[in-house]
Amino acid sequence: MGMDTPGVEEKEAEMRARQLERARQLVAHMESGDDDSAGRLIEELGRMHESLIFQELGKLTRDLHEALNAFRTDSRLSEIAETDIPDAKERLNYVVTLTEQSAHRTLNAVEESLPMAESLAGRAGELSGVWERFKARELSAEEFRQLSADLGDFLNQTGRDAEVIRKNLSDVLMAQDFQDLTGQVIRRVINLVHDVEQNLVGLVRISGERLSTPEQKKKKPKQKSNKGTGPAVPGTVDGSDVVSGQDDVDDLLSSLGF
Amino acid sequence: MKILIVDDFSTMRRIIKNLLRDLGFNNTSEADDGSTALPMLQNGNFDFLITDWNMPNMPGIDLLRAVRADEKLKTMPVLLVTAEAKRDQIVEAAEAGVNGYIIKPFTAETLREKIEKIFERVNAGG
Repeated sequence: MGMDTPGVEEKEAEMRARQLERARQLVAHMESGDDDSAGRLIEELGRMHESLIFQELGKLTRDLHEALNAFRTDSRLSEIAETDIPDAKERLNYVVTLTEQSAHRTLNAVEESLPMAESLAGRAGELSGVWERFKARELSAEEFRQLSADLGDFLNQTGRDAEVIRKNLSDVLMAQDFQDLTGQVIRRVINLVHDVEQNLVGLVRISGERLSTPEQKKKKPKQKSNKGTGPAVPGTVDGSDVVSGQDDVDDLLSSLGF
Repeated sequence: MKILIVDDFSTMRRIIKNLLRDLGFNNTSEADDGSTALPMLQNGNFDFLITDWNMPNMPGIDLLRAVRADEKLKTMPVLLVTAEAKRDQIVEAAEAGVNGYIIKPFTAETLREKIEKIFERVNAGG
């Protein structure tokens, strides 16, 4: 076992030599019929054996303690369990909320636009019927005045509705930004799952070997990365020092001379 | 006006491309991270770069630095459109020479405003 302090093995060897010496004396005493001396030697050997067991037990206890300590300081598992997993749950909830909002935004735009498109198509159908009769010179003067007024209304209505439909379509377009935003969050959670996997593998290895190697004990410094972290999710570790929106960004930049 | 849109999410590239078309910019190209964008910029006569920050391989902040370090590209206006919202990141981007910073999710109006502002300054020689 790698954690033995120097000298323990020497002590054990010395102890064994003493036991062997006593055992030989014991054989000699028994052969010569010296039962009193033999009895004392048997007692002494028993005590020596007990003290060996206690030493071994002490060593095991120390190893276990160190293994537990090593695990506690090495592994990110406790950090993951305390912070990252609740964080990941918040992130996934954020994904659900964001996708729900986007779906509703899209559905609202569609629900408003569809009846408009249907009504425009219906009205155009009616008017084109009358228009055909006009081209065939079948309209009375009264009917023509009515057609002219209807056409004017229809063109106004088309202009207004087309603008609303355009606005709704552009809303549908913008609502698709959820895929990027949630995608970044989900990728982060995937990284966490990968991290958990690595740490579980580490845990299995540590419990297999009882102790980790010194290299593994060195705590990995958290590297500052340029990669970015994705959207700041409310209720997670992202919460601090985050701007609250575009106005905040603009203020910050203008304070820097922008 | 030739514009390069860089984002690892194709959906976001399409959104930006559509918004730019609404604003009258029809000549756009796309790249999915900094390392594919940089050679395109070096060979492509682009006038304007719109980039995300958080991307695999080469993130937007590194692309911005590479652009500023490139003799041919260093004056190109760069607009960051990103979900990165930490104050020190915005300061970092400003120090690296970004021309505009838009936080996702953003509106069509915000994009129009920032682009106009950038070109006002470029045209004013500032």
